[in-house]
Amino acid sequence: MSEFDQMYREVILDHYKNPRGHGVIENADAEAEGQNPLCGDEVSIYVAFADDGETIDEVKFSGRGCAISQAATSMLTEMVQGRKAGEVATLDKDELLEEIGIPLTPVRLKCAMLGLTTLKVALHKAKGTPLPEGLAGFDELELN
Amino acid sequence: MAVTAGTRKLDARALRADFPIFEQEIHGKPLAFLDSAASSQKPRQMMEAMTDFYSTSYANVHRGVYVLAERATAALELAREKVRALLNAPDVREIVFVRNATEAINLVAYSWGMNNLGPGDVVVVTELEHHSNFVPWQYVAGRTGASLAMIRLDEHGELDLSSLDTIAAQGNVKAVTTNQVSNSLGTINPIEKLVAWAHAQGAIFVVDAAQSAPHMTVDVQALGADFVAISGHKMCGPSGVGALWGRAELLQKMEPFLTGGHMISSVRLDRTTWGELPHKFEAGTAPMAEAVGFGAAIDYLNAVGFDAIHAHEQELTTYALGRMAEIPGMTLYGPPAERRAGIVSFNVDGIHPHDVAQILDMSGVAIRAGHHCCQPLMQKLGVAATNRASFYLYTVPEEIDQLVEGLATVRKVFA
Repeated sequence: MSEFDQMYREVILDHYKNPRGHGVIENADAEAEGQNPLCGDEVSIYVAFADDGETIDEVKFSGRGCAISQAATSMLTEMVQGRKAGEVATLDKDELLEEIGIPLTPVRLKCAMLGLTTLKVALHKAKGTPLPEGLAGFDELELN
Repeated sequence: MAVTAGTRKLDARALRADFPIFEQEIHGKPLAFLDSAASSQKPRQMMEAMTDFYSTSYANVHRGVYVLAERATAALELAREKVRALLNAPDVREIVFVRNATEAINLVAYSWGMNNLGPGDVVVVTELEHHSNFVPWQYVAGRTGASLAMIRLDEHGELDLSSLDTIAAQGNVKAVTTNQVSNSLGTINPIEKLVAWAHAQGAIFVVDAAQSAPHMTVDVQALGADFVAISGHKMCGPSGVGALWGRAELLQKMEPFLTGGHMISSVRLDRTTWGELPHKFEAGTAPMAEAVGFGAAIDYLNAVGFDAIHAHEQELTTYALGRMAEIPGMTLYGPPAERRAGIVSFNVDGIHPHDVAQILDMSGVAIRAGHHCCQPLMQKLGVAATNRASFYLYTVPEEIDQLVEGLATVRKVFA
């Protein structure tokens, strides 16, 4: 069972079964919908800023997907809470990968990055922050 | 080769010895390869034919006058004849080598569609199609102003032919296309019936046989269709080669798809005329070694026998459906075993297919997880993705047992 434990370690399964920040923010300050074209996974991210209009006061997500994509997005909501939009827009993916803490194949890496990419797109649309690298799953035309 | 002459039953265990891929372990477990619908594994005989061609007969075809060029040309044309015989096509000039079934369908959609479709015309496709037989038609319809009409699916994942009357009543049906076997559900479609309906509308009929030709006899004359597309890599051949069969009278009237070397009759500064069939559709250097490998794969399959392959897969499918139905929380998609090819699509307990496939991989089991290039079908089923196990002539029941055991582990991890 050691390989299973490595891939589906307790913390991943915990975030998958009890996702943090799961839900919708009505009239969110920033929001975007992302898709992983490889498996049809979908995630929508909603952000509410604090009074300074920069600090992420609340972040929620909805959607459906595999354990990796859902757990990673759940971890992400905890990670970015209280941070500024500009800072999150340039958040290094390794910071999230470290948190996830399991080896990922290239296909599963796309699952893990779905939430972060979608969050960055939401911030871009609301604040004009830089778009993430490799807009996997996003139609660039839609963003213009 | 391990085939018992005179009987219809094949010995999958013995055939496996022809496939070197099975000589390895995956994550310390025997390889249970249940993804042949995506691409099949390769027998030694096919690989040796390609190596032999490269070692003894390699040169560019059709142009040289020296011995090697003649040998290579003869080898390519022999492969074409093998494809003709496989499909029981009336004329070898009707066999066009392409990269794969996708390219074959694009060839028809563009070369036939761009000149024969216009505003008000209707192209009929089904909800079962692989994107390869949906997107080209959607695209060319969009470019020409034609519209798409869909043949719907019933609750078993079979085509609901009652939608045909509604479509016919609207008129202007110019092309009808479907796969013969669904890559996603394994549904075997009633091609002859659909062809008769299409011809009654004055439409052409295009068959995507990528998923049927590896597993059953595909006789273009018996089907009565106008175009048939196949891929070599799904039927023990190499990747990079497939074939289009089309009626000569239609192919002759069509414009070329790709232009360039080899496909010409004469080139002047102001005008180029096209070569004869099939060369008009084969611009550039052909996939020569791949065609030779494809021919060897056809020989291999013929020696095993398509009836034996089909019967073997029916047995496996019946066994798999029975074993999998025992698993709690299992949803199985598609028609009953007797009306489907060796494909089982399923979902477990709301566990995402990626997670199922990942854990199965750790048990040495290779299955497909995703939308199987069938997003319209997934929407119909109301799921983002499914798991798919698919079988071929080298599949043994132990691999299905390994899958079932692996699924128990999946449920344990996510309990």
